[in-house]
Amino acid sequence: MSRAASGSAVLDDRAGEARLILAGDWTLAHHAMLLRQVEALRARIDARVKVDAGELGSLDTAGAALLLRLLGSDRVRTLVDSDSGLSDGRWALLAAVDGAMAERSVPPAPRKGSAIGDVLAHVGEAVAVFGRHAVDLLGFVGLTLSAMLRVGVRPTRWRLTSLVANLEQTGLYAVPIVALLTFLVGAVVAFLGATVLADFGASVFTVNLVAFSFLREFGVLLTAILVAGRTASAYTAQIGSMRANEEVDAIRALGLDPVELLVLPRMWALLLALPMLTFIAMISGILGGMLVCVFSLGIPVSMFLSIIANDVGVSHFIVGMAKAPVFAFLIALIGCMEGFKVSGSAQSVGEHTTSSVVQSIFVVIVVNAIAALICMEMGW
Amino acid sequence: MSIQVEKIHKEFGSFTALNQVSLDFPTGELVALLGPSGCGKTTLLRVIAGLETADSGRVILEGEDASDTHVRERQVGFVFQHYALFRHMTVFENVAFGLRVKPRRERPSEEEIRKRVHRLLDLVQLDWLADRYPQQLSGGQRQRIALARALAVEPRVLLLDEPFGALDAQVRKELRRWLRNLHDELHVTSIFVTHDQEEALEVADRVVLMNKGRVEQVGTPQEVYEHPATPFVYGFLGAVNLFHGRVEGEHVRVGDAVLPHDGRDADHGIDVVGFARPHELDIVTDPGVQVGVEAVVSRVLAFGANVRVELDSLPGAADRGEPLHYEVVLTRDRVAALALSDGQRVRLVPASLRVFPREAA
Repeated sequence: MSRAASGSAVLDDRAGEARLILAGDWTLAHHAMLLRQVEALRARIDARVKVDAGELGSLDTAGAALLLRLLGSDRVRTLVDSDSGLSDGRWALLAAVDGAMAERSVPPAPRKGSAIGDVLAHVGEAVAVFGRHAVDLLGFVGLTLSAMLRVGVRPTRWRLTSLVANLEQTGLYAVPIVALLTFLVGAVVAFLGATVLADFGASVFTVNLVAFSFLREFGVLLTAILVAGRTASAYTAQIGSMRANEEVDAIRALGLDPVELLVLPRMWALLLALPMLTFIAMISGILGGMLVCVFSLGIPVSMFLSIIANDVGVSHFIVGMAKAPVFAFLIALIGCMEGFKVSGSAQSVGEHTTSSVVQSIFVVIVVNAIAALICMEMGW
Repeated sequence: MSIQVEKIHKEFGSFTALNQVSLDFPTGELVALLGPSGCGKTTLLRVIAGLETADSGRVILEGEDASDTHVRERQVGFVFQHYALFRHMTVFENVAFGLRVKPRRERPSEEEIRKRVHRLLDLVQLDWLADRYPQQLSGGQRQRIALARALAVEPRVLLLDEPFGALDAQVRKELRRWLRNLHDELHVTSIFVTHDQEEALEVADRVVLMNKGRVEQVGTPQEVYEHPATPFVYGFLGAVNLFHGRVEGEHVRVGDAVLPHDGRDADHGIDVVGFARPHELDIVTDPGVQVGVEAVVSRVLAFGANVRVELDSLPGAADRGEPLHYEVVLTRDRVAALALSDGQRVRLVPASLRVFPREAA
C-alpha cells in the first residue's frame, strides 16, 4: 500500500483475522474520497475487526467524524485500550467529536403513535385544562364573594376612589366605541331584515327584528364582548404587572388583602358600568335600525316608535339588562384572576392577557346561550 | 422580636428549595442570608414573612408558633428587590399607604400620619421628595422609600430581599453603610438576603450561608471568613486557590510539591482538597528554593494598596491536582522587592492550606 498523503481505509483479511488498516491523512481535503471508502467498507466492519491506526497521518475533525461513521462511537471508545496504535491525542479528538455529534444528533425520537391516539390525547389534555380553569374560576369567585361579604358590612373599607377611577376607565371611556359599534350593527341588521322580509312583503317587521334582537341579545352580547376585549385585558395587565413588580406581595406584606384592594373595586366598577353600557348599546343599535328604516324603507320615525311601543314588551328589555351584571361579574373576575396568575416576567403578562380575553369572551357567549335556552323554555 | 425557624421544608415540583432548615435569629440583630442564586434564601425569607407557606416546619415569632398566621398578623416589613412602590401614588402616599388602610380603630389621625411619614422620610433622608412619583426617583432613592414604607407600619421584623441587587456599585456601597447606621438607630430584628458576599460581611452582625436549600454555616462575618466550616463556604467567600492532594503527615502532597496544611480534618493518607486565599500565598523567585508549586506569572495588576498577581500553572497541572490559574495578593513593597515580570517562572508557597476531605468537596 502506498504511503499516499491522501487517507485510506483498507480491510485486510488475509492473515486469518480481519484487520482494518487506516493510513494517510484523514483531513477535510480528502473528504470526498474517504467518504466513498467509508461507505463501501461500513457494512463489512463488525466487532471482530481489529483496527490498526499506526500509519495514520494527520487527523482533523472532518476525518474524525468519518472514522466515527466507519466504526461507530461504541467501537471508537474501545480503541484507546486496544493496541490500535492510536495516540492519546487522536483518541481525545475522536472522543470530542463523538461527544459533539451525539449532542447535536439527539433528535427527539419520533414517537410512534396512531393519529387517533394523538387526537384523543390532545382532547384529553384540553379537557383537563378546561376543567382546571373552571375550578380556578370557581375558587376565585368564592374568594371574591367572601371578601365582598367581609367588606360589604363595613362601609369604611369601601374603596370609593378606586371604584370611581375604574368606573371612568371601564364605563365612560368605553361609551363611544360601544355606541358606534352597536349603531353600525343595528343598521346592518335592519338592512338584512329589509332585504329578506321584502320578499314576503313584510318589510315593516324590520322594526320588530331590530328592537327584539337588540333588547334581548345584541345589546348586551356585543357590549359584553367589547368589554371583555377592552376591560378584561386591562385588568389582567394591571394586576399582572403589579404582580411582576412584586407590588401585590408588597400589599400583602403591609397586611392587606389584594382581593379586597384590587379585585373588589374593579368588579364593582364593571358591575355598574356594563348595565349602563348595555343600555347605551340598545338605544344606539335601535337608532341605527331606525335610520335605515326611515331612509331606505320609508317608515317614519313616529311609526317606528309606535310599533316598538305596541309590539315589543318590556320583558325583552329586562331579559337583556338582567344578563349584564352576570357578564360583568364573570368578565371582571376572569380578568383579575388571570392577572394574579402572572409570574415574574413581562412575557407572562402577555400570555395571561390573551388568555383572559379568550376565556371571558368564551364564557360570555356560553352563558348567553344557556340564558337563551332558559328564557325560551320559560317563555320569557 | 426573635425569630426561629424549625425544620422548614419547601419543594417546588421536584426542586427542593429548602431542605429541613432550622435557624435562630435573635432580637435586634441584622442577619444576612448569603448564598448563590437558587439556594433558597429568598424562599426562606418569604416563608418567614408569610408570603409563602412551607410544606412542613414551623416559623416561631417571639416564642409563638406563627406558621398558620396570616402575613397581616405577623407584622413584618418587607423590602423587595425591585422596590415594588405603587406607581400611581406619590412618595408620601406610598409611605402613608400602610397607615391609611388600617382599620379605623388602629388608624392614626391624619395629622399623626403626616407627622409620622415626614419623620420616616427624614430618617431615609428624602423628605424633600415627598411629592414626587416613584418614576421620578433614582434607584437608590426608590429603595430608601420602599424601606420607609416598610417601616411605616412599625414592623416587629424587617425583611429585605436583595435590597441593593438592582443598584449600581457606587450606590450599593453607600446604601450599605446607610442601612447599617439605620439598623443601629432602630434595632429592629432584620434579615436581609444577598448573593454579594462583600455586602453580607460588611453589613451584617451575623451571616447565614446557604447552599442548595441547606444552611452551610452560621457565624459572625469574621468567623465565617476566617474559619469556613465547609469547602463551599471557603469557595463562596472571596477568591481562593484550590489544590487537590493527599495528606502526608504534616504536609499535603500536591503533584510533586509538598505544602503545609493547618492540621484540621487531615488524617494521614486521605485525599483532600486544599484552599488558600490569595493573600495566604507567597511568591518566591529564588530558583534554589524547593518548596511550593511552580507557576508562571501572567499578569501583575498594580492598583490600590495591594498588588494582585495572576499566574498560570505549568502544563499538566490538572493531572497533578494544581489549579490552572492562581491569584495572589501581595503588598506593594513585596512586589517591588520581587521585581516580577510577565512570563517569569516562580514558586508559590502557601503559609498553610485549609484542607477538607475530598468527598466533602
